[in-house]
Amino acid sequence: MEYNDMELMICLASRYLEDDSIVVVGTGAPCAAAMLAQKMYSPQLMIMFEAGGIGPLLPSMPISVGDSRTFYKALVAGSMPEVMETCQRGLVDYTFLGGAQIDQYGNINSTMVGSDYQKPKVRFPGSGGANDLASFCWKTMMITPQDPRRFTEKIDFITSPGYLTGPGAREAAGLPPGGGPYKVITNLCVIGFDDKTKRMKVESTHPGISRDNIAENTGFEMLWAADLTVSEPPSAEELKCLREEVDPYRYIIGRI
Amino acid sequence: MDSFNQYAKERSVTYRPSGTGKIFTDPDADRARVFFRDEKPRKLIEKVSSVDRVVKDFVKDGDYIGVGGFGANRIPTAVLHEIVRQKKKNLGLAGHTATHDFQILVGGNCINRCDIAYIVGLEARGLSKVARKAVESGSIELTEWTNAALTWRYKAAAMGISFLPVRCMLGTDTAKYSAAVELDCPFTGAKYLAVPALYPDVGIIHVHRADVYGNCQIDGIMVADQDLARAARRLIITTERFVPNEYIRREPAKTVIPYYLVDAVIEVPFGCYPGNMAYEYFSDEVHLREWLKAEGDPETHAAFLEKHIYGVKDFYGYLETIGGLSRLQELRILENLVEK
Repeated sequence: MEYNDMELMICLASRYLEDDSIVVVGTGAPCAAAMLAQKMYSPQLMIMFEAGGIGPLLPSMPISVGDSRTFYKALVAGSMPEVMETCQRGLVDYTFLGGAQIDQYGNINSTMVGSDYQKPKVRFPGSGGANDLASFCWKTMMITPQDPRRFTEKIDFITSPGYLTGPGAREAAGLPPGGGPYKVITNLCVIGFDDKTKRMKVESTHPGISRDNIAENTGFEMLWAADLTVSEPPSAEELKCLREEVDPYRYIIGRI
Repeated sequence: MDSFNQYAKERSVTYRPSGTGKIFTDPDADRARVFFRDEKPRKLIEKVSSVDRVVKDFVKDGDYIGVGGFGANRIPTAVLHEIVRQKKKNLGLAGHTATHDFQILVGGNCINRCDIAYIVGLEARGLSKVARKAVESGSIELTEWTNAALTWRYKAAAMGISFLPVRCMLGTDTAKYSAAVELDCPFTGAKYLAVPALYPDVGIIHVHRADVYGNCQIDGIMVADQDLARAARRLIITTERFVPNEYIRREPAKTVIPYYLVDAVIEVPFGCYPGNMAYEYFSDEVHLREWLKAEGDPETHAAFLEKHIYGVKDFYGYLETIGGLSRLQELRILENLVEK
Protein backbone atom coordinates (compact mmCIF):
# COMPACT_ATOMS: atom_id res chain seq x y z
CA MET A 1 0.00 0.00 0.00
CA GLU A 2 1.26 3.50 -0.89
CA TYR A 3 1.95 6.02 1.90
CA ASN A 4 3.96 9.18 2.32
CA ASP A 5 6.70 10.02 4.86
CA MET A 6 4.35 11.89 7.19
CA GLU A 7 1.88 9.00 7.27
CA LEU A 8 4.72 6.58 7.98
CA MET A 9 6.11 8.69 10.84
CA ILE A 10 2.70 9.22 12.45
CA CYS A 11 1.85 5.48 12.28
CA LEU A 12 5.21 4.45 13.76
CA ALA A 13 4.94 7.01 16.57
CA SER A 14 1.39 5.99 17.44
CA ARG A 15 2.47 2.39 18.18
CA TYR A 16 4.66 3.52 21.09
CA LEU A 17 1.84 5.17 23.03
CA GLU A 18 0.64 2.56 25.51
CA ASP A 19 -2.91 2.27 26.74
CA ASP A 20 -3.71 3.79 30.16
CA SER A 21 -0.86 6.27 29.89
CA ILE A 22 -0.81 10.07 29.66
CA VAL A 23 0.66 12.06 26.78
CA VAL A 24 1.07 15.81 26.42
CA VAL A 25 1.00 16.85 22.77
CA GLY A 26 1.12 19.97 20.67
CA THR A 27 -0.58 20.54 17.34
CA GLY A 28 0.39 18.73 14.14
CA ALA A 29 1.96 15.29 13.75
CA PRO A 30 2.16 14.46 17.50
CA CYS A 31 -1.54 15.19 17.93
CA ALA A 32 -2.31 13.00 14.92
CA ALA A 33 -0.17 10.18 16.38
CA ALA A 34 -1.97 10.38 19.72
CA MET A 35 -5.40 10.41 18.03
CA LEU A 36 -4.43 7.43 15.87
CA ALA A 37 -3.16 5.53 18.92
CA GLN A 38 -6.46 6.17 20.72
CA LYS A 39 -8.45 4.81 17.81
CA MET A 40 -6.18 1.84 16.95
CA TYR A 41 -4.42 0.55 20.06
CA SER A 42 -4.86 2.60 23.20
CA PRO A 43 -8.47 3.70 23.74
CA GLN A 44 -7.67 4.86 27.27
CA LEU A 45 -4.67 6.96 26.26
CA MET A 46 -5.19 10.30 27.98
CA ILE A 47 -4.31 13.35 25.89
CA MET A 48 -3.37 16.64 27.55
CA PHE A 49 -2.54 20.05 26.10
CA GLU A 50 -0.25 22.44 27.95
CA ALA A 51 -2.72 25.36 27.95
CA GLY A 52 -5.15 23.31 30.08
CA GLY A 53 -7.17 20.90 27.91
CA ILE A 54 -7.32 17.48 29.64
CA GLY A 55 -8.89 14.36 28.13
CA PRO A 56 -10.82 15.91 25.20
CA LEU A 57 -12.77 13.88 22.65
CA LEU A 58 -11.00 15.67 19.80
CA PRO A 59 -13.49 16.43 17.04
CA SER A 60 -10.75 17.52 14.62
CA MET A 61 -7.15 18.71 14.56
CA PRO A 62 -6.62 21.71 16.85
CA ILE A 63 -5.00 24.79 15.25
CA SER A 64 -3.60 25.99 18.56
CA VAL A 65 -2.55 24.20 21.77
CA GLY A 66 -5.13 26.42 23.50
CA ASP A 67 -8.05 26.52 21.06
CA SER A 68 -11.48 25.24 22.05
CA ARG A 69 -10.93 21.90 20.26
CA THR A 70 -8.32 21.01 22.89
CA PHE A 71 -11.01 20.80 25.58
CA TYR A 72 -13.98 19.72 23.48
CA LYS A 73 -16.03 17.28 25.58
CA ALA A 74 -12.99 17.08 27.85
CA LEU A 75 -12.74 15.67 31.36
CA VAL A 76 -11.25 18.93 32.58
CA ALA A 77 -10.93 22.43 31.16
CA GLY A 78 -7.92 23.14 33.35
CA SER A 79 -5.06 25.58 33.32
CA MET A 80 -1.43 25.73 32.37
CA PRO A 81 -0.19 25.39 35.96
CA GLU A 82 -2.51 22.39 36.41
CA VAL A 83 -0.94 20.59 33.43
CA MET A 84 2.66 21.69 34.09
CA GLU A 85 2.45 20.77 37.77
CA THR A 86 1.02 17.35 36.84
CA CYS A 87 4.09 16.88 34.65
CA GLN A 88 6.44 18.09 37.40
CA ARG A 89 4.76 15.69 39.88
CA GLY A 90 5.70 12.78 37.61
CA LEU A 91 2.30 11.71 36.28
CA VAL A 92 2.91 12.26 32.59
CA ASP A 93 4.44 9.41 30.59
CA TYR A 94 5.00 10.78 27.09
CA THR A 95 5.52 14.01 25.29
CA PHE A 96 6.48 15.02 21.75
CA LEU A 97 8.85 17.83 20.79
CA GLY A 98 10.12 19.40 17.61
CA GLY A 99 12.97 21.72 16.76
CA ALA A 100 15.34 23.23 14.23
CA GLN A 101 18.41 21.34 15.47
CA ILE A 102 19.00 18.17 17.51
CA ASP A 103 22.28 16.64 18.67
CA GLN A 104 23.34 13.04 19.38
CA TYR A 105 22.15 13.28 23.00
CA GLY A 106 18.69 14.42 21.95
CA ASN A 107 19.16 18.05 23.05
CA ILE A 108 16.88 20.29 21.01
CA ASN A 109 17.19 23.85 19.70
CA SER A 110 13.99 25.76 19.01
CA THR A 111 15.29 29.19 20.07
CA MET A 112 17.85 30.66 17.68
CA VAL A 113 20.63 30.23 15.15
CA GLY A 114 23.74 32.37 15.59
CA SER A 115 26.18 33.20 18.37
CA ASP A 116 24.86 36.52 19.77
CA TYR A 117 21.82 35.85 21.92
CA GLN A 118 20.58 39.45 21.88
CA LYS A 119 21.04 39.67 18.09
CA PRO A 120 20.37 36.22 16.66
CA LYS A 121 20.92 35.38 13.00
CA VAL A 122 17.58 33.58 12.98
CA ARG A 123 15.12 33.73 15.84
CA PHE A 124 12.61 30.93 16.42
CA PRO A 125 9.71 31.02 18.89
CA GLY A 126 11.68 29.65 21.88
CA SER A 127 10.81 26.99 24.41
CA GLY A 128 7.11 27.58 24.84
CA GLY A 129 6.39 24.56 27.02
CA ALA A 130 8.98 22.33 25.32
CA ASN A 131 11.73 22.69 27.91
CA ASP A 132 9.22 22.03 30.71
CA LEU A 133 7.89 18.89 29.05
CA ALA A 134 11.39 17.60 28.23
CA SER A 135 12.38 18.21 31.85
CA PHE A 136 9.35 16.57 33.48
CA CYS A 137 7.79 13.88 31.27
CA TRP A 138 9.20 10.37 31.58
CA LYS A 139 9.67 9.72 27.87
CA THR A 140 10.27 12.40 25.25
CA MET A 141 9.65 11.59 21.59
CA MET A 142 10.30 13.47 18.36
CA ILE A 143 8.77 13.26 14.92
CA THR A 144 11.08 15.05 12.51
CA PRO A 145 12.54 15.01 9.01
CA GLN A 146 16.18 13.97 9.05
CA ASP A 147 18.98 15.91 7.33
CA PRO A 148 22.57 16.82 8.29
CA ARG A 149 21.72 20.44 9.14
CA ARG A 150 19.04 19.39 11.58
CA PHE A 151 20.90 16.37 13.03
CA THR A 152 24.06 18.23 13.94
CA GLU A 153 27.13 17.67 16.11
CA LYS A 154 26.75 20.96 17.95
CA ILE A 155 23.50 22.82 18.25
CA ASP A 156 23.54 26.62 18.60
CA PHE A 157 21.30 26.74 21.67
CA ILE A 158 20.04 24.02 24.01
CA THR A 159 16.40 25.01 24.40
CA SER A 160 15.16 21.69 25.78
CA PRO A 161 17.23 19.05 27.55
CA GLY A 162 17.97 15.67 26.04
CA TYR A 163 20.71 13.77 27.85
CA LEU A 164 22.77 17.03 27.88
CA THR A 165 26.44 15.90 27.76
CA GLY A 166 25.81 12.19 28.32
CA PRO A 167 25.22 9.66 31.12
CA GLY A 168 24.34 11.22 34.47
CA ALA A 169 24.31 14.81 33.12
CA ARG A 170 20.57 15.35 33.55
CA GLU A 171 20.73 14.26 37.18
CA ALA A 172 23.87 16.36 37.83
CA ALA A 173 22.08 19.41 36.43
CA GLY A 174 19.26 18.79 38.90
CA LEU A 175 16.63 17.51 36.49
CA PRO A 176 14.26 14.89 37.92
CA PRO A 177 15.99 11.49 37.53
CA GLY A 178 14.63 8.89 35.14
CA GLY A 179 13.37 11.09 32.30
CA GLY A 180 14.85 11.89 28.92
CA PRO A 181 14.59 11.25 25.19
CA TYR A 182 13.01 7.94 24.22
CA LYS A 183 12.49 7.66 20.45
CA VAL A 184 13.18 9.90 17.48
CA ILE A 185 11.06 9.01 14.49
CA THR A 186 12.30 10.39 11.19
CA ASN A 187 11.51 9.93 7.52
CA LEU A 188 14.46 7.49 7.34
CA CYS A 189 14.50 5.45 10.55
CA VAL A 190 13.48 4.95 14.17
CA ILE A 191 16.18 6.02 16.60
CA GLY A 192 16.51 5.08 20.27
CA PHE A 193 19.18 6.00 22.81
CA ASP A 194 22.07 3.77 23.83
CA ASP A 195 21.83 2.78 27.50
CA LYS A 196 25.52 3.20 28.22
CA THR A 197 26.42 6.35 26.25
CA LYS A 198 22.97 7.99 25.98
CA ARG A 199 23.75 8.63 22.30
CA MET A 200 21.38 8.13 19.38
CA LYS A 201 21.20 4.57 18.12
CA VAL A 202 19.26 3.50 15.03
CA GLU A 203 16.84 0.70 15.90
CA SER A 204 15.10 0.20 12.59
CA THR A 205 15.51 1.54 9.07
CA HIS A 206 12.46 2.30 6.97
CA PRO A 207 11.78 0.07 3.94
CA GLY A 208 14.14 0.96 1.08
CA ILE A 209 16.45 3.11 3.26
CA SER A 210 20.10 2.07 3.62
CA ARG A 211 22.57 2.72 6.43
CA ASP A 212 24.42 5.01 4.02
CA ASN A 213 21.28 7.06 3.41
CA ILE A 214 20.99 7.60 7.13
CA ALA A 215 24.68 8.34 7.71
CA GLU A 216 24.62 10.93 4.89
CA ASN A 217 21.72 12.68 6.55
CA THR A 218 23.26 12.79 10.03
CA GLY A 219 25.83 15.40 11.09
CA PHE A 220 27.33 13.18 13.80
CA GLU A 221 28.38 9.57 14.16
CA MET A 222 25.27 7.46 14.54
CA LEU A 223 25.26 4.24 16.59
CA TRP A 224 23.54 1.14 15.22
CA ALA A 225 21.59 -1.46 17.17
CA ALA A 226 23.07 -4.96 17.02
CA ASP A 227 19.62 -6.28 16.14
CA LEU A 228 18.89 -3.59 13.52
CA THR A 229 15.55 -4.31 11.84
CA VAL A 230 13.39 -2.87 9.10
CA SER A 231 10.53 -0.63 10.31
CA GLU A 232 7.11 -2.26 10.00
CA PRO A 233 5.30 -0.16 7.38
CA PRO A 234 1.81 1.25 8.08
CA SER A 235 -0.96 -1.31 7.82
CA ALA A 236 -4.03 -0.79 5.65
CA GLU A 237 -6.09 -0.38 8.84
CA GLU A 238 -3.77 2.30 10.24
CA LEU A 239 -3.79 4.25 6.99
CA LYS A 240 -7.56 4.02 6.66
CA CYS A 241 -8.05 5.30 10.21
CA LEU A 242 -5.45 8.05 9.77
CA ARG A 243 -6.89 9.25 6.46
CA GLU A 244 -10.59 8.92 7.17
CA GLU A 245 -10.95 9.58 10.90
CA VAL A 246 -7.86 11.37 12.23
CA ASP A 247 -6.99 13.80 9.44
CA PRO A 248 -9.71 13.69 6.77
CA TYR A 249 -8.78 17.17 5.46
CA ARG A 250 -5.11 16.15 5.17
CA TYR A 251 -3.94 19.14 7.25
CA ILE A 252 -1.00 17.14 8.55
CA ILE A 253 -0.59 14.17 6.24
CA GLY A 254 -0.89 16.43 3.19
CA ARG A 255 2.10 18.52 4.28
CA ILE A 256 4.73 16.46 2.48
CA MET B 1 13.94 9.97 57.18
CA ASP B 2 17.46 10.55 58.53
CA SER B 3 18.71 12.28 55.43
CA PHE B 4 16.07 14.95 55.33
CA ASN B 5 16.32 15.59 59.04
CA GLN B 6 20.02 16.06 58.55
CA TYR B 7 19.53 18.55 55.73
CA ALA B 8 17.09 20.50 57.82
CA LYS B 9 19.55 20.54 60.68
CA GLU B 10 22.57 21.61 58.73
CA ARG B 11 20.64 24.04 56.55
CA SER B 12 23.28 23.22 53.98
CA VAL B 13 21.72 25.57 51.49
CA THR B 14 23.93 27.02 48.82
CA TYR B 15 22.96 29.28 46.03
CA ARG B 16 24.76 30.78 43.09
CA PRO B 17 23.86 33.00 40.20
CA SER B 18 22.69 31.25 37.12
CA GLY B 19 21.08 33.09 34.22
CA THR B 20 22.56 36.25 32.70
CA GLY B 21 19.17 37.69 31.71
CA LYS B 22 17.69 40.85 33.15
CA ILE B 23 14.71 40.99 35.52
CA PHE B 24 12.38 43.61 34.03
CA THR B 25 9.95 43.91 36.95
CA ASP B 26 10.37 44.35 40.69
CA PRO B 27 9.93 40.94 42.42
CA ASP B 28 9.79 42.49 45.91
CA ALA B 29 6.71 41.09 47.66
CA ASP B 30 6.71 43.73 50.41
CA ARG B 31 6.57 46.65 48.00
CA ALA B 32 3.80 44.84 46.12
CA ARG B 33 1.88 44.39 49.39
CA VAL B 34 2.05 48.12 50.05
CA PHE B 35 0.82 48.85 46.53
CA PHE B 36 -2.07 46.43 46.92
CA ARG B 37 -2.91 47.91 50.34
CA ASP B 38 -2.92 51.50 49.10
CA GLU B 39 -4.09 51.22 45.50
CA LYS B 40 -6.57 48.38 45.20
CA PRO B 41 -10.23 49.18 45.79
CA ARG B 42 -11.91 47.08 48.51
CA LYS B 43 -15.21 48.75 47.98
CA LEU B 44 -17.84 47.18 45.76
CA ILE B 45 -18.03 50.05 43.27
CA GLU B 46 -18.88 50.24 39.58
CA LYS B 47 -15.76 50.19 37.45
CA VAL B 48 -17.28 50.45 34.01
CA SER B 49 -15.01 52.28 31.61
CA SER B 50 -14.19 52.50 27.91
CA VAL B 51 -11.31 50.95 25.99
CA ASP B 52 -10.06 54.37 24.99
CA ARG B 53 -10.10 55.64 28.58
CA VAL B 54 -8.45 52.61 30.26
CA VAL B 55 -5.52 52.72 27.90
CA LYS B 56 -5.14 56.47 28.58
CA ASP B 57 -5.52 56.01 32.34
CA PHE B 58 -3.66 52.79 33.04
CA VAL B 59 -1.09 52.10 30.30
CA LYS B 60 1.83 54.50 30.54
CA ASP B 61 4.84 54.53 28.20
CA GLY B 62 7.43 52.21 29.72
CA ASP B 63 4.93 50.03 31.61
CA TYR B 64 5.27 46.25 31.69
CA ILE B 65 2.14 44.40 30.61
CA GLY B 66 0.82 40.87 30.98
CA VAL B 67 -1.77 39.65 28.50
CA GLY B 68 -4.34 36.98 29.31
CA GLY B 69 -5.38 34.01 27.19
CA PHE B 70 -3.06 31.96 25.05
CA GLY B 71 -1.64 33.15 21.74
CA ALA B 72 -4.72 34.14 19.82
CA ASN B 73 -7.20 32.41 22.13
CA ARG B 74 -9.22 34.65 24.47
CA ILE B 75 -6.79 37.57 24.11
CA PRO B 76 -7.96 41.14 24.83
CA THR B 77 -7.59 42.31 21.21
CA ALA B 78 -9.62 45.52 21.62
CA VAL B 79 -7.23 46.85 24.28
CA LEU B 80 -4.13 45.73 22.34
CA HIS B 81 -5.32 47.63 19.25
CA GLU B 82 -6.01 50.71 21.36
CA ILE B 83 -2.47 50.55 22.78
CA VAL B 84 -1.19 50.58 19.19
CA ARG B 85 -3.64 53.34 18.15
CA GLN B 86 -2.54 55.54 21.06
CA LYS B 87 1.09 54.85 20.04
CA LYS B 88 2.25 53.67 23.45
CA LYS B 89 6.02 53.20 23.56
CA ASN B 90 8.72 51.20 25.35
CA LEU B 91 6.39 48.66 26.88
CA GLY B 92 7.64 45.45 28.47
CA LEU B 93 5.75 42.23 27.78
CA ALA B 94 5.44 38.80 29.33
CA GLY B 95 5.73 36.61 26.21
CA HIS B 96 3.86 33.66 27.64
CA THR B 97 2.93 31.96 24.37
CA ALA B 98 2.53 35.38 22.82
CA THR B 99 1.51 34.91 19.20
CA HIS B 100 -1.04 37.29 17.68
CA ASP B 101 -0.83 39.59 20.72
CA PHE B 102 2.93 39.91 20.18
CA GLN B 103 2.36 40.43 16.45
CA ILE B 104 -0.06 43.34 17.14
CA LEU B 105 2.17 45.09 19.68
CA VAL B 106 5.36 44.66 17.64
CA GLY B 107 3.48 45.86 14.55
CA GLY B 108 2.76 49.08 16.46
CA ASN B 109 6.39 49.27 17.59
CA CYS B 110 5.22 49.36 21.22
CA ILE B 111 7.65 46.90 22.87
CA ASN B 112 11.29 47.32 23.87
CA ARG B 113 11.74 44.40 26.29
CA CYS B 114 10.25 40.96 26.62
CA ASP B 115 10.31 37.94 28.92
CA ILE B 116 10.13 35.12 26.42
CA ALA B 117 8.62 31.72 26.56
CA TYR B 118 7.22 31.70 23.03
CA ILE B 119 7.29 34.61 20.58
CA VAL B 120 7.43 35.42 16.83
CA GLY B 121 5.42 32.34 15.86
CA LEU B 122 1.68 31.79 15.48
CA GLU B 123 1.86 28.07 16.28
CA ALA B 124 0.75 25.92 13.31
CA ARG B 125 0.02 29.06 11.23
CA GLY B 126 3.69 29.94 10.74
CA LEU B 127 6.10 32.70 11.76
CA SER B 128 5.44 36.45 11.83
CA LYS B 129 8.03 38.18 9.62
CA VAL B 130 7.59 41.53 11.34
CA ALA B 131 7.94 40.06 14.83
CA ARG B 132 10.95 38.02 13.76
CA LYS B 133 12.68 41.01 12.17
CA ALA B 134 12.11 43.14 15.27
CA VAL B 135 13.66 40.47 17.48
CA GLU B 136 16.57 39.71 15.13
CA SER B 137 17.41 43.43 14.81
CA GLY B 138 18.15 43.55 18.53
CA SER B 139 15.60 46.33 19.15
CA ILE B 140 13.82 44.28 21.83
CA GLU B 141 15.73 43.29 24.94
CA LEU B 142 15.14 39.63 25.74
CA THR B 143 15.21 37.36 28.77
CA GLU B 144 14.52 33.69 28.15
CA TRP B 145 12.04 31.54 30.11
CA THR B 146 9.56 28.74 29.50
CA ASN B 147 5.78 28.64 29.66
CA ALA B 148 5.84 26.86 33.04
CA ALA B 149 8.48 29.27 34.40
CA LEU B 150 6.43 32.34 33.44
CA THR B 151 3.25 30.74 34.78
CA TRP B 152 4.99 30.06 38.09
CA ARG B 153 6.47 33.58 38.16
CA TYR B 154 2.87 34.85 38.04
CA LYS B 155 1.95 32.27 40.66
CA ALA B 156 4.69 33.47 43.05
CA ALA B 157 3.37 37.02 42.72
CA ALA B 158 -0.20 35.77 43.17
CA MET B 159 0.91 33.98 46.35
CA GLY B 160 2.54 37.16 47.63
CA ILE B 161 6.07 35.72 47.68
CA SER B 162 9.12 36.93 45.80
CA PHE B 163 10.17 33.66 44.10
CA LEU B 164 9.33 30.01 43.55
CA PRO B 165 11.68 27.04 43.15
CA VAL B 166 11.08 25.11 39.92
CA ARG B 167 12.61 22.06 38.20
CA CYS B 168 12.47 23.10 34.56
CA MET B 169 15.21 24.81 32.51
CA LEU B 170 18.01 23.12 34.50
CA GLY B 171 21.10 22.29 32.44
CA THR B 172 20.05 24.23 29.33
CA ASP B 173 20.83 27.49 27.53
CA THR B 174 17.24 28.51 28.27
CA ALA B 175 18.32 28.81 31.93
CA LYS B 176 21.62 30.47 30.96
CA TYR B 177 19.77 33.37 29.29
CA SER B 178 17.04 33.54 31.92
CA ALA B 179 17.36 35.42 35.20
CA ALA B 180 16.82 32.31 37.32
CA VAL B 181 19.15 31.47 40.22
CA GLU B 182 20.21 27.97 41.24
CA LEU B 183 19.69 26.89 44.82
CA ASP B 184 19.54 23.72 46.92
CA CYS B 185 16.48 22.58 48.79
CA PRO B 186 17.18 23.11 52.51
CA PHE B 187 15.33 19.87 53.33
CA THR B 188 16.45 17.38 50.68
CA GLY B 189 19.46 18.97 49.04
CA ALA B 190 17.83 18.69 45.59
CA LYS B 191 18.83 21.33 43.07
CA TYR B 192 16.22 23.89 41.96
CA LEU B 193 15.99 27.06 39.95
CA ALA B 194 14.49 30.02 41.76
CA VAL B 195 12.35 32.15 39.47
CA PRO B 196 11.45 35.70 40.54
CA ALA B 197 7.84 36.78 41.12
CA LEU B 198 6.42 38.63 38.11
CA TYR B 199 4.17 41.56 39.02
CA PRO B 200 3.17 43.27 35.74
CA ASP B 201 2.31 46.98 35.93
CA VAL B 202 -0.83 46.23 33.96
CA GLY B 203 -2.67 42.96 33.36
CA ILE B 204 -5.25 42.79 30.55
CA ILE B 205 -7.69 39.86 30.40
CA HIS B 206 -10.74 39.11 28.25
CA VAL B 207 -13.48 37.06 29.93
CA HIS B 208 -16.84 35.60 29.05
CA ARG B 209 -18.91 37.53 31.58
CA ALA B 210 -18.47 40.03 34.37
CA ASP B 211 -20.60 42.29 36.52
CA VAL B 212 -20.06 46.04 36.75
CA TYR B 213 -17.91 45.59 39.87
CA GLY B 214 -15.45 43.32 38.06
CA ASN B 215 -16.44 39.86 39.29
CA CYS B 216 -15.51 37.64 36.33
CA GLN B 217 -16.34 34.21 34.97
CA ILE B 218 -14.37 32.39 32.26
CA ASP B 219 -15.66 29.35 30.36
CA GLY B 220 -13.14 26.72 29.28
CA ILE B 221 -9.42 26.68 30.05
CA MET B 222 -7.97 29.33 32.34
CA VAL B 223 -4.44 29.16 30.90
CA ALA B 224 -2.56 31.27 33.52
CA ASP B 225 -5.15 33.97 34.06
CA GLN B 226 -6.09 33.09 37.63
CA ASP B 227 -2.51 33.95 38.60
CA LEU B 228 -1.99 36.85 36.17
CA ALA B 229 -5.12 38.52 37.59
CA ARG B 230 -3.69 38.28 41.09
CA ALA B 231 -0.14 39.27 40.10
CA ALA B 232 -1.00 42.42 38.12
CA ARG B 233 -0.73 45.78 39.88
CA ARG B 234 -3.47 47.22 37.64
CA LEU B 235 -6.00 44.88 36.04
CA ILE B 236 -8.11 45.75 33.00
CA ILE B 237 -10.96 43.40 32.13
CA THR B 238 -12.85 43.28 28.86
CA THR B 239 -15.89 41.03 28.81
CA GLU B 240 -18.05 39.53 26.09
CA ARG B 241 -21.05 40.66 28.09
CA PHE B 242 -22.11 42.23 31.34
CA VAL B 243 -24.31 40.21 33.67
CA PRO B 244 -26.17 41.42 36.77
CA ASN B 245 -24.48 40.87 40.11
CA GLU B 246 -27.26 38.36 41.00
CA TYR B 247 -26.07 36.18 38.14
CA ILE B 248 -22.59 36.00 39.69
CA ARG B 249 -24.03 35.24 43.13
CA ARG B 250 -26.11 32.39 41.72
CA GLU B 251 -22.96 30.47 40.76
CA PRO B 252 -20.12 31.78 42.91
CA ALA B 253 -18.00 28.70 42.21
CA LYS B 254 -17.56 30.02 38.66
CA THR B 255 -16.08 33.35 39.75
CA VAL B 256 -12.40 33.09 38.87
CA ILE B 257 -11.48 36.77 39.20
CA PRO B 258 -13.05 38.61 42.17
CA TYR B 259 -13.88 42.35 41.94
CA TYR B 260 -11.12 43.45 44.34
CA LEU B 261 -8.46 42.55 41.78
CA VAL B 262 -10.05 44.62 39.04
CA ASP B 263 -9.48 48.31 38.23
CA ALA B 264 -11.70 48.69 35.17
CA VAL B 265 -14.19 46.58 33.26
CA ILE B 266 -15.54 47.15 29.74
CA GLU B 267 -18.09 45.22 27.74
CA VAL B 268 -16.59 44.39 24.33
CA PRO B 269 -18.54 41.77 22.37
CA PHE B 270 -16.27 39.81 20.01
CA GLY B 271 -13.45 41.34 22.06
CA CYS B 272 -10.87 38.66 21.24
CA TYR B 273 -11.50 38.60 17.47
CA PRO B 274 -9.63 37.32 15.39
CA GLY B 275 -8.84 34.89 18.17
CA ASN B 276 -10.90 31.94 19.35
CA MET B 277 -13.33 32.61 22.24
CA ALA B 278 -14.43 29.22 23.55
CA TYR B 279 -18.16 28.52 23.12
CA GLU B 280 -18.60 31.92 21.40
CA TYR B 281 -16.68 32.16 18.11
CA PHE B 282 -13.79 30.42 16.39
CA SER B 283 -10.58 32.11 15.23
CA ASP B 284 -10.68 33.89 11.85
CA GLU B 285 -7.99 31.91 10.07
CA VAL B 286 -8.57 33.81 6.82
CA HIS B 287 -7.85 37.16 8.45
CA LEU B 288 -4.84 35.83 10.39
CA ARG B 289 -3.44 34.44 7.14
CA GLU B 290 -3.91 37.83 5.45
CA TRP B 291 -2.12 39.49 8.35
CA LEU B 292 0.87 37.14 8.05
CA LYS B 293 0.94 37.66 4.30
CA ALA B 294 0.78 41.47 4.58
CA GLU B 295 3.94 41.32 6.70
CA GLY B 296 5.92 40.19 3.66
CA ASP B 297 6.26 43.77 2.43
CA PRO B 298 6.69 46.87 4.66
CA GLU B 299 4.35 49.04 2.57
CA THR B 300 1.64 46.40 2.45
CA HIS B 301 2.01 45.91 6.19
CA ALA B 302 1.73 49.65 6.88
CA ALA B 303 -1.38 49.84 4.69
CA PHE B 304 -2.82 46.80 6.47
CA LEU B 305 -2.34 48.39 9.91
CA GLU B 306 -3.74 51.68 8.60
CA LYS B 307 -6.86 49.94 7.34
CA HIS B 308 -7.50 47.81 10.42
CA ILE B 309 -6.10 49.81 13.37
CA TYR B 310 -4.92 53.40 12.78
CA GLY B 311 -7.60 54.28 10.23
CA VAL B 312 -10.56 53.25 12.38
CA LYS B 313 -11.98 55.00 15.42
CA ASP B 314 -12.21 51.96 17.66
CA PHE B 315 -12.43 48.17 17.81
CA TYR B 316 -15.93 48.16 16.34
CA GLY B 317 -14.56 50.03 13.35
CA TYR B 318 -12.05 47.18 12.97
CA LEU B 319 -14.83 44.60 13.08
CA GLU B 320 -16.51 46.47 10.19
CA THR B 321 -13.32 46.25 8.10
CA ILE B 322 -13.29 42.47 8.33
CA GLY B 323 -16.88 41.98 7.24
CA GLY B 324 -18.87 42.97 10.30
CA LEU B 325 -21.58 40.92 11.87
CA SER B 326 -22.04 38.58 8.92
CA ARG B 327 -18.41 37.40 9.14
CA LEU B 328 -18.60 37.19 12.93
CA GLN B 329 -21.74 35.09 12.65
CA GLU B 330 -19.86 32.63 10.42
CA LEU B 331 -17.24 32.29 13.15
CA ARG B 332 -19.95 31.66 15.77
CA ILE B 333 -21.26 28.82 13.63
CA LEU B 334 -17.76 27.40 13.18
CA GLU B 335 -17.24 27.39 16.93
CA ASN B 336 -20.55 25.95 17.97
CA LEU B 337 -21.40 23.48 15.23
CA VAL B 338 -18.36 21.36 15.84
CA GLU B 339 -20.41 18.18 15.70
CA LYS B 340 -20.87 17.38 12.07
